[in-house]
Amino acid sequence: MRAGEGIAGAVPRAGLRGSGAWQRGAWLWGGIVAASLALAAWVGPVPVPKALTPDMAGWVSAALRWLVERADLGLFSFKELTRAIAAVIEWPYSLVRAALVDGWVEGRGSRARTILQPLSWIAVIAIVAAMGAYARSWRLGAFVGACFLYLAVFGRWESAMVTLASILIAVPIGVAGGLGLSIAAWLWPRFERALAPILDLMQTVPIFAYLVPILFLFGFGPVAALIATVIYAMPPMVRVTTLALKSVPPELGEFATMAGCTTAQRIRKVLLPAALPDLMVGVNQVIMLSLNMVIIASMIGAGGLGFDVLNALRRLDIGAGIEAGLAITALAIALDRLSQAYAARTADVPMSAGASGGWPRRHPWLSTVALVILGTALMGLVLPPVASYPAEAVITTKAFWGDLVKAINIRYFDDLEAIKTAFLTFVMLPVKRFLLALPWPWVLAVAAFAGWRLGGAPLAATGAALGAFVLATGLWEQAMTTVYLCGVAVVIAAFIGIPLGILAAANDTAGRVIGGIIDTLQTLPSFVYLIPVVMLFRVGDFAALIAVVLFALAPAVRYTAHGLRSVPPEMIEAGIVCGCTPRQVLTRIRLPLALPEILLGLNQTIMLALSMLVITALVGTRDLGQEVYIALTRADTGAGVIAGLGVAAIAIIADRLIAAGAAHARARLGLQRGTP
Amino acid sequence: MQHRPVKLACRGVWKIYGPDPARLLAGGARPDLATIRASHHVGAVRDATLDVGEGEIFVIMGLSGSGKSTLVRCLSRLVEPTAGEILFDGRDLLKASRAEMIAIRRHKMGMVFQHFALLPHLTVLENVAFPLEVQGVARPTREARAREVIALVGLEGREGHYPRQLSGGQQQRVGIARSLAVEPELWFLDEPFSALDPLIRREMQDEFLRVQRLLKKTIVFITHDFDEAIRLADRIAIMKDGALIQIATPEELVLSPADDYVADFTRHVARAKVVTLGRIMTPGPAAEVAGALPAHARVEAVADRIEGSPLPHAVIDEAGRVIGHVGARAVIDVLIGRRIG
Repeated sequence: MRAGEGIAGAVPRAGLRGSGAWQRGAWLWGGIVAASLALAAWVGPVPVPKALTPDMAGWVSAALRWLVERADLGLFSFKELTRAIAAVIEWPYSLVRAALVDGWVEGRGSRARTILQPLSWIAVIAIVAAMGAYARSWRLGAFVGACFLYLAVFGRWESAMVTLASILIAVPIGVAGGLGLSIAAWLWPRFERALAPILDLMQTVPIFAYLVPILFLFGFGPVAALIATVIYAMPPMVRVTTLALKSVPPELGEFATMAGCTTAQRIRKVLLPAALPDLMVGVNQVIMLSLNMVIIASMIGAGGLGFDVLNALRRLDIGAGIEAGLAITALAIALDRLSQAYAARTADVPMSAGASGGWPRRHPWLSTVALVILGTALMGLVLPPVASYPAEAVITTKAFWGDLVKAINIRYFDDLEAIKTAFLTFVMLPVKRFLLALPWPWVLAVAAFAGWRLGGAPLAATGAALGAFVLATGLWEQAMTTVYLCGVAVVIAAFIGIPLGILAAANDTAGRVIGGIIDTLQTLPSFVYLIPVVMLFRVGDFAALIAVVLFALAPAVRYTAHGLRSVPPEMIEAGIVCGCTPRQVLTRIRLPLALPEILLGLNQTIMLALSMLVITALVGTRDLGQEVYIALTRADTGAGVIAGLGVAAIAIIADRLIAAGAAHARARLGLQRGTP
Repeated sequence: MQHRPVKLACRGVWKIYGPDPARLLAGGARPDLATIRASHHVGAVRDATLDVGEGEIFVIMGLSGSGKSTLVRCLSRLVEPTAGEILFDGRDLLKASRAEMIAIRRHKMGMVFQHFALLPHLTVLENVAFPLEVQGVARPTREARAREVIALVGLEGREGHYPRQLSGGQQQRVGIARSLAVEPELWFLDEPFSALDPLIRREMQDEFLRVQRLLKKTIVFITHDFDEAIRLADRIAIMKDGALIQIATPEELVLSPADDYVADFTRHVARAKVVTLGRIMTPGPAAEVAGALPAHARVEAVADRIEGSPLPHAVIDEAGRVIGHVGARAVIDVLIGRRIG
């Protein structure tokens, strides 16, 4: 009886109170927009006084210089520390690289003599195919094998193996480091409290901003790239692991205590095994993020596929760019499917009890693979094509892609140009002009006011402080350009993504198709998005905008669909019983109840948009991202870090405001938070 | 029941959650519920004092939120009490060091959990052997012992299964076997059958009584099901809002509830299931009797016999002495619910 009342009562109440608040909110924010327009039209931009923009970049540069040149950590200097870290990473990296790419070589220069060839392409394909078959099925094995075969056939083998070598080193370090940090956080709550804000910051600081100080500390080269990759890919592992350890049922922890486990036994024998399926999700994330970062880190010397793309973009060699992009795509999808299959496997089948027999019999997969490796190595000595894929069999599609794009551009040049110009003239430029014309004190006031409305005084203080920081960087114009590009991109992504999410939730087939596309889009490293965009729209804000929208679309779709699907069925039944049409069920019940989830999706969209925006600096935007990129090319540490923190500040303001708004909406609806 | 030596005792145990629990109890204060709530604290366990005798099945009964789970966690020190003493064989557990607690839990305590708490990545055999494994017992020894307890709970042949391949009842059998693997002296069961279907629950209760008849452990059993409590308990403690309201045998609870709250629970209990002959007999020997019945026999079990005979039955104590007699009238009084005593 009571439950029935709750359900019947919740629906109209949510609707009624919601509409009242909406109305008041709409008036208020409408007024603010009107005032902003008036200010932009009649007052215009206010110059930022010199006194408010201290030379923070200079301070950061000086601090880093001091670290590198002077800092003494007691037993050793900071420089020795960075060298030690580099050495520790370099050694396994060169080992893996030798196994996959270079082989073992004796001597230098012209007298170099190869002692041992790298793994044959056949052996590598056999290994990944066997892993796929072992983890799930022969179909997956064949699929993964085909992806790698693609790399060989289309002449990307060597670059791909360089990239793969980086990932093979970065992922174990990232996983182990993430595990270590989150176990420490689990053991010492104080450590966890200290760690949380650092992780927050790390996830909002744009990728390029990581590269600048690392470049300064570790120099140009694969090791610096690896360190950047590890730092970038570790935070999600920490988050996933912390969450996984916390979501182990409390009874299991109590059981461990009652069984008399020591702390070490408790972690090793109870918590980690029980959390393993969740941990594997974290491993998958580390792999995908590492791939993303390794591609971008080609700017500081990672080499590999990323360098191919970068090179092609610089030369505007469309064909080569597409080819390398497709190779990255193949590698990304193969790694993603493979690691997901392993994650699912640990969830389903715990290690099967060992079969009896000799070693080869107990380990059929390992022994087969060992046999293939040995066989191909021996055959490679006599038959060169076995050792490395024969150059004459390489198929190149460069010309094809180049011609295709040329054809498209000739055939549709006017249409594409018309779309671009219309969009720029009627949407992007007015918004840009409006934002740039706003006086900065007003912008800070609005940020603080929004914080106060949504989260009270603390959030108002956060908004104002971070806004003031952006002002103090002295990059106000660039920051507003970032806001403009990000804002327009997010609005477009929401207009496309939310309806797609609604469609995906309404129809199972559509849901599967959309889900598949979105999943694939999300596995692609951000770099890849630039290629088709540059092909069609060349450089500039519009090209950047399209890339950002494509990259940031996924969470809008996914969270909308998840929010709509997780509306409790009784609520929908209650609506149907009240005589709602399907349309009314959607607009009156499902959408209002899914609102908090949709807001969180938008939040993610904003975060992705900001991170992509920085990468689109390569196609010539004029925002904070460009500042970071310029700093990177000049190795100007201070400028890079400060501009990066500026982006982070904008991201954190947006994140806190929207999270507070979503929490508000959730509290009003009395909902629990779920994850898609 | 009173002649059993005390195995586990708790004296004035408090568990208060909130901003500053220690301040509330400073100087031996005993705040009431209203005081605790007014200061934004939660009194999960308030001033609990009880004795559990050796070999006794002591049931703590209460509705959800009454604090029974917190109390059992205080007894096993899974939760650190805010104040009080937990005496295990006369020794205060709260003064034991971390290492001593680990040793006590490894050798003297076992616990069964409501949701089984089985390790998903281990087989039945490995789960049951786990408490021995963490002690460092060699594999052959621990697996042999695990097989023994698995047989005791009737799961032979399932040693190689994983928990998720078993039904709920079977999973809890694994949980029971695991808690018995170390041969504990003290056995905690935290709502062990609450997550099971009613029919399975009944079967598991019988199984539990059978195992206990063999092993004679000292048991603290938590439940929210009063029927389960009176079926299993030697004595029952009723808990409400963190406090123990009454500790008594099932019979005393039904016949003389301490307050309306307890009376509410006992109202619908068939009295014949709890009332013993000792309670309804007329003291002294009768002139002529049809036979002898033990004083602790419950009326339900012997009603047919007494009611079918024209003569009264003699009632004898555990030593076989005649202490009274009981006739059909007294039994009928119980059966139709007339007031007794």
